[in-house]
Amino acid sequence: MLLDLDWLQPAPEDTRARLKAISAAIDAGDHGAAGAGLAALAQHRLDLSQLAHVGKRARALLAADPEAGGLTPVRLGLVGWTTLNFAADALMGTGPRFGLAIDVVEGDFGAPLQQALNPASRLHTVRPDMLLLMTDARGLGLASPAASIDDAQARVAEALAQVRAIIDGLRPSVGSAILVETLVPPLEPIFGNWDAASGLAPLALTEAFNRALIGWAQGAGVVIVDSARAAAAVGLARWHDPRQWHTAKLAVAPDAAPLHADLVVRAMAAIRGKARKCLVLDLDNTLWGGVIGDDGVEGIVLGQGDARGEAHLAVQQMALDLRARGVILAVCSKNEDAAARLPFREHPDMLLKEEHIAVFQANWQDKASNLKAIAKALNIGIDALVFLDDNPAERAQVRGELPMVAVPEVGSDPALYPRLVLSAGYFELLSLSEEDRLRADLYQKNAERAALAASASDMEGFLKSLDMVCTIGRVDAVSRPRMAQLINKSNQFNLTTRRYSEAEVAALEADADVHAVQVRLADRFGDNGIIAVLIARRGLRDGQRVWAIDTWLMSCRVLERRIEEACLAHLAAAAAADGATALIGTYIPSAKNMMVAGHYPRLGFAADGAEGDTTHWRLDLAGWAAPALPMTIHDSAF
Amino acid sequence: MLAIIRDIMADVLDIDADDIGPATTAADVEEWDSLSHIRLMVAIERRFGITFENSEIAGLKNVGELVALIESKDGAPSGNGA
Repeated sequence: MLLDLDWLQPAPEDTRARLKAISAAIDAGDHGAAGAGLAALAQHRLDLSQLAHVGKRARALLAADPEAGGLTPVRLGLVGWTTLNFAADALMGTGPRFGLAIDVVEGDFGAPLQQALNPASRLHTVRPDMLLLMTDARGLGLASPAASIDDAQARVAEALAQVRAIIDGLRPSVGSAILVETLVPPLEPIFGNWDAASGLAPLALTEAFNRALIGWAQGAGVVIVDSARAAAAVGLARWHDPRQWHTAKLAVAPDAAPLHADLVVRAMAAIRGKARKCLVLDLDNTLWGGVIGDDGVEGIVLGQGDARGEAHLAVQQMALDLRARGVILAVCSKNEDAAARLPFREHPDMLLKEEHIAVFQANWQDKASNLKAIAKALNIGIDALVFLDDNPAERAQVRGELPMVAVPEVGSDPALYPRLVLSAGYFELLSLSEEDRLRADLYQKNAERAALAASASDMEGFLKSLDMVCTIGRVDAVSRPRMAQLINKSNQFNLTTRRYSEAEVAALEADADVHAVQVRLADRFGDNGIIAVLIARRGLRDGQRVWAIDTWLMSCRVLERRIEEACLAHLAAAAAADGATALIGTYIPSAKNMMVAGHYPRLGFAADGAEGDTTHWRLDLAGWAAPALPMTIHDSAF
Repeated sequence: MLAIIRDIMADVLDIDADDIGPATTAADVEEWDSLSHIRLMVAIERRFGITFENSEIAGLKNVGELVALIESKDGAPSGNGA
């Protein structure tokens, strides 16, 4: 089930025709259609050959169009001890499933350390955006038993040192992120039942290596791809194929290549800010058995003592567990609103309560429209939604109308829903910050604020009633991870969409010509945490000092709160204090930042030239005065 | 049988089934390289529920011989469930 990516739909009958149509679209220069076609086809359970065909076209699309027809281009360096071509094909074919157009650049076969240490090797010269090290027990000398505990420890230490040397060697040439796989243990026992206890068997060596690798990676900013976990889940006998090892030095059996690629690409997508944010739940026969409108609170199946009732409880528990780690929950149900809310209020076995649901859409409109309304209410992209529904007709309607929504193919047995939803990797997380933990609450408070705004007759009065406190400070080691997260995730309110890794942010902080600040916002509903990032660079124009705004992004949670004016007031004051005479703003259009196309003119900037689609804007500081704002501002950043 | 093989080959190699006949060899088809050959063997094993040994595959000269090899295995009890 997991090996075949069962949460996806089966490959369509007309796969070959679709592939032809995509090729034709690329040839005809219709890149948008090609990108959409690749993304749609990649939502299916494709085998290794089909992935190779999709990947070939994704690469052709990248070559024809630097924007990749709306997919996000990523150049991935691939290095390892085994044959990399199959993994490369599968990775490029899986990319469009997560909105990426991946161009894989493979290192040479074997000898990864030499390639890492040679600055002229291809992996260095192509300057990949990301790098994946595919580990292998044979390559790392951990596939045969150790002679003694001392030998075992020495070999594990040596293997980790080798991985570190490879990563450290390649790191200067990698743009944003490095990914390393955990080591999949060989499956053949050497001592039998004593293997795990022995400390000597390959199983024991690989487990010790993985513990050391994960510990090191956390501190080194390296992203772990947990292949060992996935291989265990589907079975080592299916992951390792000794025939393919001897024929072609394949570390991953061809049948497991699609899952392997999915694991890697979901982590890459999360690095690019494409992890999903919200789980939208159907009600009848998803959260409980039966139809609340017909069966009533007493008639629906939910709770202990009944296999189906317990399975629905498990679905609710999954939703609660996801919420606790920051996934927003919403409801989308064809029901009368009052009937739909009844179990949440009156059924004693319901684990989910109304307070857990950020947006509750129960009505008779089609589900695609309701999903759009949910995304709008939460101010997140439609592509941040996952929609769980037992009804195949509803799933089909949503897939047809909103192909960017993830719709797990779950069948009719709720017992399998948690496994399918959680195995699909929709909500991939690279690390957990306190803000992640609180995010579901934050969005919920936002929905409450929106309700308050709807009832408040004047906007100014509403904003004052929020008791906002805006805190502006320089970036520091504590705020840096969240800053980097925002810089790499924010798409909509982002003027330039420039991405910086944590290390690059640290370098910006240290640069005397750069002014990098974080903006936090609290109000009477709670603390929103860091909600805006501003990065400005000192420059010269006609012999006069100016500040050029390199990055200006904000969380969409705080739109319509006049935060952008508070940001501008800060920049203007800090720039003036530095002797600058003007602020220079730049807008670089992307597929997603249309909402800020008018940002600078709205704030009083004047047009100041353009290159292609990129426009520049200028605000002269002489005579400019900050408006009165409905908030308290604590500014420690200049 | 040839029709099924042609269909599998078209799917695996991303080519038109019409381009394949019994005398077709890997040299005739640009897309048929050592890597896609492995994918092809895996796809055939799956489709027919059979298993090739590496030594059997190594000796194949053209599509006709591949068909003969599959036919020689078809119906034989498949000992390992791959």
